[in-house]
Amino acid sequence: MSKIHVTTTVNGDEVEFLTDPRETLLDCLRDHLDLTGSKEGCGTGDCGACSVTVDGTLVSSCLMLGVEAEGKKIETIEGMAGKDGELHPLQRKFIEHAALQCGFCTPGFLVASKALLEKNPDPTETEVRYWLAGNLCRCTGYDKIVRAVMDAAAEMRGAA
Amino acid sequence: MTKNGSSEFRLVGTRPNRPDGLDKVTGRARYGADASMPGMLHGAVVRSPHAHARIVKIDTSKAEALPGVKGVVTRADFPTGLTGEDWDLQENTMAGEKALYDGHAVAAVAATSPLLAQEAARLIEVEYEVLPHVIDVDDAIKPDAPAIRPGAADHSVPEGSPPNVVRYLEFGHGDIEAGFAEADLVMENTYKTEATHQGYIEPHACVGQLGADGKGEMWVCTQGQWYIRRMCAAVLGIEAAQLRVTPSEIGGGFGGKTTIFMEPLSLALSRKAGGKPVKIVMSRSEVLRATGPTASASMDVKIGMKKDGTITAGYANFRMQGGAFPGAPVDMALYCAFAGYKLANVKHVGYDVLANRPKCAAYRAPGSPMGAFAVESLVDEMARKLGLDPLDVRLKNAVREGDKASYGPTFGSIGLVETLEAAKAHPNLKAPLGPNQGRGVACGYWFNHGGETSVSMAIGEDGTATVSVGTPDIGGGRASIALMVAETLGIDYDDVRVNVVETGALGVNEPTHGSRATFASGKAAVESTNQAIKEMCRRAAAEWGIDPEAVEWVNGAAQPTSSNAGKFAPMTIKEIAAKMGSTGGPISGHYEGLPSGVGASFGTHVVDVEVDPETGRTTILRYLVVQDAGRAIHPAYVEGQYQGGAVQGIGWALNEAYIYGEDGRLQNPIFLDYRVPVASDLPMIDTVIVEVPNPGHPYGVRGVGETGITPPLPAIANAIEHATGQRIRHLPISPPKLLKAIKSAAPSGPTLQAAE
Repeated sequence: MSKIHVTTTVNGDEVEFLTDPRETLLDCLRDHLDLTGSKEGCGTGDCGACSVTVDGTLVSSCLMLGVEAEGKKIETIEGMAGKDGELHPLQRKFIEHAALQCGFCTPGFLVASKALLEKNPDPTETEVRYWLAGNLCRCTGYDKIVRAVMDAAAEMRGAA
Repeated sequence: MTKNGSSEFRLVGTRPNRPDGLDKVTGRARYGADASMPGMLHGAVVRSPHAHARIVKIDTSKAEALPGVKGVVTRADFPTGLTGEDWDLQENTMAGEKALYDGHAVAAVAATSPLLAQEAARLIEVEYEVLPHVIDVDDAIKPDAPAIRPGAADHSVPEGSPPNVVRYLEFGHGDIEAGFAEADLVMENTYKTEATHQGYIEPHACVGQLGADGKGEMWVCTQGQWYIRRMCAAVLGIEAAQLRVTPSEIGGGFGGKTTIFMEPLSLALSRKAGGKPVKIVMSRSEVLRATGPTASASMDVKIGMKKDGTITAGYANFRMQGGAFPGAPVDMALYCAFAGYKLANVKHVGYDVLANRPKCAAYRAPGSPMGAFAVESLVDEMARKLGLDPLDVRLKNAVREGDKASYGPTFGSIGLVETLEAAKAHPNLKAPLGPNQGRGVACGYWFNHGGETSVSMAIGEDGTATVSVGTPDIGGGRASIALMVAETLGIDYDDVRVNVVETGALGVNEPTHGSRATFASGKAAVESTNQAIKEMCRRAAAEWGIDPEAVEWVNGAAQPTSSNAGKFAPMTIKEIAAKMGSTGGPISGHYEGLPSGVGASFGTHVVDVEVDPETGRTTILRYLVVQDAGRAIHPAYVEGQYQGGAVQGIGWALNEAYIYGEDGRLQNPIFLDYRVPVASDLPMIDTVIVEVPNPGHPYGVRGVGETGITPPLPAIANAIEHATGQRIRHLPISPPKLLKAIKSAAPSGPTLQAAE
């Protein structure tokens, strides 16, 4: 099958790649752009490990085709820390709260949590839990993840 | 950093950031599927759609003719003549004469892209003769069940047993009939649990390379790189020493990544493709269909109890299927079943039964959750009938140090009573319960494990320390080992780097399993450190011209034991390290052995639930985990193990199960249908870390990974009975099952009583 040329913006950088039209955005990020921070846990949109934002909307990149990225603005885990490497408060709080064990679901949780706090800077515990219901973690039981997100939100509001 | 009780230590018991945290929050950490190698090919696996079928013919010609396909393998590419476990591993890697379960690999192909490999896999034609199959353990143990593997039974199985029984065990002590005769109440019931999957979010992935010279390399997500090496070498007939296995970061394992699945296929394909590396990444449905679920169980339990709650006798008869291979953890289930109870009279009988399902793998305290479900449910039913408090009944019968365990040995230092007392004192026990709400308690047990361990540590030129361990870091192992080494050396936590190394760097290590990493690698790291300390004291003594025995190590420096030994200012680790090149060369320490002194871990859980009488849905209102850690080296990751284990147990109790159709095919091989708990299903998981130090470890560690999955199964069933009056003895307690029970008990409609 002949490949299609795609130009898109990832974490602020314009990038190009050639993709088989059957490949997902996740395949393209991982295999063509070497951005392996987004993970495939299920391939069916159930686990959220591949979470990225596309033009600001949170999506499972395993459910979007690579060709659909043409002209879009994509943000992945690799773009979450500042250019100087300064961690986003969510990243810092995940480490401080021990909100990761194996760490495989962590990039997806961080991307999804960032999208939540942009929409809702002061979420209740229930709102955090429901927003993150599309991200599976098998290690932590979610307790420390929810605490880390709540704490990061408080800090970002300046209430910490 | 906050201290957690143990104030005698400078670092142990604190909560520093984990050393691998930055890599894991930035997406930089490299897991199984994140590696690429030059010239790499991609593999895909053809799997049986039948639960049980003779493989008549495999035609690979169309696949091989596809441009870009570089190699195809079937069982014909593997050596013959293997026996025992090696044969089982090979047979599970690639079916031989028969496909034994839905998802069993029958062929594999390597091609220049993942899509091409999948296309080629679809072109491989397999002709099957479908055979009768059996799925459920109670069906599989029937005398007329389809025989899955005649001749697979071991010497323990009595003559004339049904064809799928492959192992039998029977043990106990005392006289159970006399015990039952002493009881005021004797009850017997049958309990069932379904197979569940470990459900690690990272699917199995590897890159394998094997040349015609028999030398190979592998990058793989695994709990144990040496196990991968030994098993792949056995299955492929190559020499273990020629295979170098590097563990990636691991995206969860829970026991399921202690064995091989498609790893030998990548090596076999690589060998076929002229030694090019071959990457294989499983899909989620491959993970669920073909990798280690746990066993399913059917269990009879009989208990005799006096009016005051004293248990006079216990009897357990468990049947478990672990797929089409021997190895269901019926032994462990029985050892753990009554472990919390001091019993004068106890008898256990167990059957390991074959069924047409994937080969079970270890899953967190393998066997223990099933045994606990049966025994802890029945103890609760009896306590309820006698009007006794369920925690008091457990305290009355609880094992203590010096008691003979139900499975034979005598307990050393254990903390069951302490967990029960801490649970009783917890505020959750005083929370009021409303209508349709109930409270359940249960205890759980795991042995913990030492196992083959090899660790080395070396002092750097600047007085920092590098530790090489062979146990992959699943839940914070690097952090706990760094804390113990830094504590022992008297240096900062950040001055210790712990590396998880490949098979060429150390002697054989068992995997991170049995809750052993912080216990065994930790103990080995401390012993290695003590060796290096001894050498540093010797170097200082040589410089001072005094007897090395007159030098001690205090706060990161060598110093004379007393002024009689000589008057010298302490020589710091930095000073000793800076000149080690001229005082005798590198300073290091190492440990090879089987760390003894394993300390078992008991836990007590208390759960409050609310049941919706209109839907049968159970909501967890409160959840308390109390467990004996021995000592919590990094309390945050101990809490994490407690919380994660409890939530896996909640999933097992309420939702998770392998669901098969009449055709023997798995009907829920994706996360949408195999539903693990999500954040919105749960409350915060409260924890209490009990610390009854293990005298067998320099810092008192027991191991904390596994016990926590055990009590939730019965605790939730007990809470649901408290809330609804309905005792469910077959997991999962899914909404339809519970609703049916509620409706059949109250045909005129749901009229639940207030729980309190």
